[in-house]
Amino acid sequence: MSLSRREFLKSSAAASAAAAVGMSIPSEVQAAANEAEGDWRWDKAACRFCGTGCGIMMATKNGKIVAVKGDPAAPVNRGLNCIKGYFNAKIMYGADRLTQPLLRVDASGNFDKKGKFAPISWERAFDEMEINIKKALKHGGPESVGVFASGQYTIMEGYAAQKMMKAGFRSNAIDPNARHCMASAVVGFYQTFGVDEPSGCYDDIELTDTVVSWGSNMAEMHPILWSRVTDRKLSDPDRVKVISIQTYTHRTSDLADIEIIFSPNTDGALWNYIAREIVMRDEAEGIIDWDFVKKHMIFAAGPVNIGYGMRREGEKSLKDGKYSALEMETISKEMSKVVSRKEGPALEPYGYKAGDTMNHTAGTLGHWEISFEDYKKSLEPYTLDYTAAISKGNPDENMESFKEKLQALADLYIEKGRKVVSFWTMGMNQHTRGTWVNTLSYNVHFMLNKQAIPGSGAFSLTGQPSACGTAREVGTFTHRLPADMMVANPAHRKIAEHKWMVPEGTINPIGVQHIMKIHRDIEDGLIKFAWVNVCNPYQDTASATHWIKAAREMDNFIVTSDGYPGISAKVSDLILPSAMIYEKWGAYGNAERRTQHWRQQVIPVGDSMSDTWQWVELSKRFTVKDVWGEWAPSGPRKEKLPSVIEQAKAMGYNEDTTMFEILFANDIAKSYKLDQNDPIQKGYDNSEGYGDSRNVVGSDGKVFKGYGFFIHKYLFEEYAAFTRGHGHDLAPFDMYHKVRGLKWPVVDGKETQWRFNAKYDPYAAKATKESGNSHAFYGTLAKALQSGTLTGKDKDSKKQSLANKAKIFARPYMDPPEMPDANYDTWLCTGRVLEHWHSGTMTMRVPELYRAVPEALCYMHPKDAENKELKQGGLCWVESRRGRVKARVETRGRNRPPRGLVFVPWFDEKVFINKVCLDATCPMSKQTDFKKCAVKIYKA
Amino acid sequence: MQKLPMKMKSKTENNRRKFILRMARGAGITALGGFIWSAYVDEVTASQLILRPPGAIMEDDFLRTCIKCGLCVEACPYDTLLLAKPGDNKPLGTPYFIPRDIPCYMCPDIPCVPICPSGALDEPSVTTDGKLDINIAEMGLAVIDRETCIAFWGIQCDACYRACPIMGKAITVEYSKNERTGKHAYLTPLVHADACTGCGLCEKACVTEKASIFVLPKEVAMGKAGSYYIKGWDKDDEKRLEDASSIKSTTEISKEKAIDSLNSDMEDLY
Repeated sequence: MSLSRREFLKSSAAASAAAAVGMSIPSEVQAAANEAEGDWRWDKAACRFCGTGCGIMMATKNGKIVAVKGDPAAPVNRGLNCIKGYFNAKIMYGADRLTQPLLRVDASGNFDKKGKFAPISWERAFDEMEINIKKALKHGGPESVGVFASGQYTIMEGYAAQKMMKAGFRSNAIDPNARHCMASAVVGFYQTFGVDEPSGCYDDIELTDTVVSWGSNMAEMHPILWSRVTDRKLSDPDRVKVISIQTYTHRTSDLADIEIIFSPNTDGALWNYIAREIVMRDEAEGIIDWDFVKKHMIFAAGPVNIGYGMRREGEKSLKDGKYSALEMETISKEMSKVVSRKEGPALEPYGYKAGDTMNHTAGTLGHWEISFEDYKKSLEPYTLDYTAAISKGNPDENMESFKEKLQALADLYIEKGRKVVSFWTMGMNQHTRGTWVNTLSYNVHFMLNKQAIPGSGAFSLTGQPSACGTAREVGTFTHRLPADMMVANPAHRKIAEHKWMVPEGTINPIGVQHIMKIHRDIEDGLIKFAWVNVCNPYQDTASATHWIKAAREMDNFIVTSDGYPGISAKVSDLILPSAMIYEKWGAYGNAERRTQHWRQQVIPVGDSMSDTWQWVELSKRFTVKDVWGEWAPSGPRKEKLPSVIEQAKAMGYNEDTTMFEILFANDIAKSYKLDQNDPIQKGYDNSEGYGDSRNVVGSDGKVFKGYGFFIHKYLFEEYAAFTRGHGHDLAPFDMYHKVRGLKWPVVDGKETQWRFNAKYDPYAAKATKESGNSHAFYGTLAKALQSGTLTGKDKDSKKQSLANKAKIFARPYMDPPEMPDANYDTWLCTGRVLEHWHSGTMTMRVPELYRAVPEALCYMHPKDAENKELKQGGLCWVESRRGRVKARVETRGRNRPPRGLVFVPWFDEKVFINKVCLDATCPMSKQTDFKKCAVKIYKA
Repeated sequence: MQKLPMKMKSKTENNRRKFILRMARGAGITALGGFIWSAYVDEVTASQLILRPPGAIMEDDFLRTCIKCGLCVEACPYDTLLLAKPGDNKPLGTPYFIPRDIPCYMCPDIPCVPICPSGALDEPSVTTDGKLDINIAEMGLAVIDRETCIAFWGIQCDACYRACPIMGKAITVEYSKNERTGKHAYLTPLVHADACTGCGLCEKACVTEKASIFVLPKEVAMGKAGSYYIKGWDKDDEKRLEDASSIKSTTEISKEKAIDSLNSDMEDLY
């Protein structure tokens, strides 16, 4: 250890360590959350944008937000922001903010799917919703009512939506855009740890020696974290290594000691190569921490012929011929494929070789225990020669230098005493083998005992501000219930039904309508009503033309709640003007398990109301008899859903009791008082609680005067009760208004930095009390397995309990379903730019950000441009089997693809790249692969 | 067809531009003998801060050489180049650009230069090894106001860096520790005068209310170190000696001949 490193540890890392052993709330964080200066008021909030979760302060003057500052007390960002965060004060005040409900109508004002939008009252809006939901329920039961949910919901609105859908409508057709964002990470967590979300935290950055960015442009997508990585590098430039593993050169490579450009989808091969180095060199060099592995790990495998999450034979829209012959060229691979020469060697241990036909069965999460010897066998193909041959991504790079880099990468991971953090975001998640690649990352860290310890671990960063806090923790996924519970698990349903005070048997046990399935179910005519919440699914979904056509041309009713007129609003039938982030009380949870709350800062613009209010108002329109009767089998549900009306009556409800009374305005809810003497509430608006000075005419045609209780606190506390005592413990509502966020589990007022580590995590400490082990991987999902080999499960084997253990998975490299060929000769990768958030509905309305990056460009290699006779700055077509868009050619600047690959960001609705992308998903996580499809590029 | 914000010019715009051109050409001719002469004189005084198309020769020569034909303006596919109209406070009829509005997008084929009939836009000055090379153009130099540039506050911006067509050469990002936070780094832009072409894409992209990085004519933006001191640690610096001439220096104290000052009054000495 060099002197400079030691000094650094003393000065800065020691501070984190001190925090780890007990200082739960640093004193500076306890500073008053709100301060008054002049005639403006500052109050704490969370940044609206990415999963980093920076703390900010909002200045309010005359009822409008006028400024923002980074919150110096926020541990994540210490007062800094990136340029999106810098413009938080401007995002709510775009000139074309939606201010009143809009419905497509005919000349006489009746709803008309082909009509133009015209303003209507909130009452009329809910009338139309009620009519169309009832129509949908009649058509196909609960499965016909769908919701496009969000990782940008506040925790409270996500919880309200989930509760009304699952306990009210008994529909599990609610799934967030977070499905597109980190579902592969989630399934990776579940498969490996038995429970969701990362073991480490951002403090790992200050404590590590090595940062490896896997397919993630952290410099643009997580700039504040990247500035922490940069600081770490500066602290000890010789010791600290940064490795950038990407499919094209971008800003993250600027800081890198080693840049590895790999061929799309071969990241799994790279992980297996590192694992092979570990395993094969272990005997000679003693690399594996066998004591740790034996105590904490088992080895596992699952089927490999799982397809690509595309549409399958027999589905209605395929039969109806809605997919062209060109599209079917790719979709046919969903049923079977011929094993390629590239993937052949990797598949040999699993019983396939190049040229074999692999018949696919739909993706399965099933897996079984295997021996270490079998795991070792699965790694044998990944020699340096094979791995380098299939993974070298830059045709102009010398093979030998590429091999040297791979070797150096493996050596850094393996080096004794070297701490390593592996970060990733969309590259590893948006991947038709995303779940596999996620699990492969843990293999390497586990064998080296470099996981869940300060400064080391594989760490999945999230894209959205509350992908963790809302989508995952609240469970606004089709298959989930709050706090890691599953709709498929009868015991979990029972717990939720009890907490929600609804009859046993209310919750629908079939939860498979994930976000792609919702789009496909609309196209197939199963879903007749869909509601878009805090997202833009008609811009952000691959094969976009299909879903837009289905929304516009089929008999269904699409509602979009939004602040601005994006593509989803445009293709809808009804648009609800929605309160934006600082116009409502809320909370987000970031990627390091940090929950952060804010107060309503201002009254919403126009007649906008929050998503929470919209859900609660909708619940007034549905009674016990409307939704809790028997439902015949429908769509994915092959059995009837029994009536629970009699049980409801036994609970004191009657047929006409509204869902509002049961789910949202029950006696417990009403016990959360509005109180202007409460220091948390004092001086702040609460539009749902009191109504507000706008006197918005509400869903019953009367001025909305408020629910009369503190609904946000009620929703949060009811939800938090699910988490407490189960390793997800959230602190009380009020505490979050006194601090700058806390990392759950919060036990005895203390947050947790490293989960599963007995030294830091009280749950792990409890689980290891007797064994004295260093770790306990205490997640409970799939923790009893049968055994088998790489080629299959031994059907007669007995299930073995794996309590407190994690899993190391054997998983091969496989090709994606669509790769460049003679006709479509180029890889298309999509993604983001620092200046814009997601589909750009907010940031494209901030003049400075619009000016900085007014349009999405097609980044390509100058030689490719030359060969295709394209001019820098000229227009080109980017065309796939699904569609084409026109974009301007950029051969310079921030993104520099190798020959054979282009990068087009997706924020720009005028360069609608999702028309080109393929809706193949990881068949296990159902997350779309937006990073790979085959296109041709030609002059426009 | 999709509408792109940075669109190539349409037919109607071409007509509008032709009209302006005709007017400016006419003005250029009448200017010499006519009533606009006074305006022309005023506008010349403002020309120090004007940004010219790529390949423009030195400003004084440019004003003498440019025949105000507007061909470069017509050739520009991005409408970057403007022709100075009366009231623009610029030498009438000459081409210029305002990067904050429309920067030079640095077309590799530089359509505005070869078309110049007068040599005011000098093709050899933007040619390397017989091929047009926009990267060696010297339209100006980007200058950063470190007080208002938010990267110097610690904000993770570098929008200018990412906008730079020769990113990594004309603008680099410098790393330094943020001692206040103790765990973040400053990533601040640095312009390299030897590579910056003055295209102004950085100025356009800058997210502060008034751009904190902006392009000035190189002569305005840059200082000059004399060739009488050469950096001993920098071999390349020797190049400056090529222009070195004999040194002769005069100050207030040395302006008289030695013999005269020696023979002058001694009163003040005692």
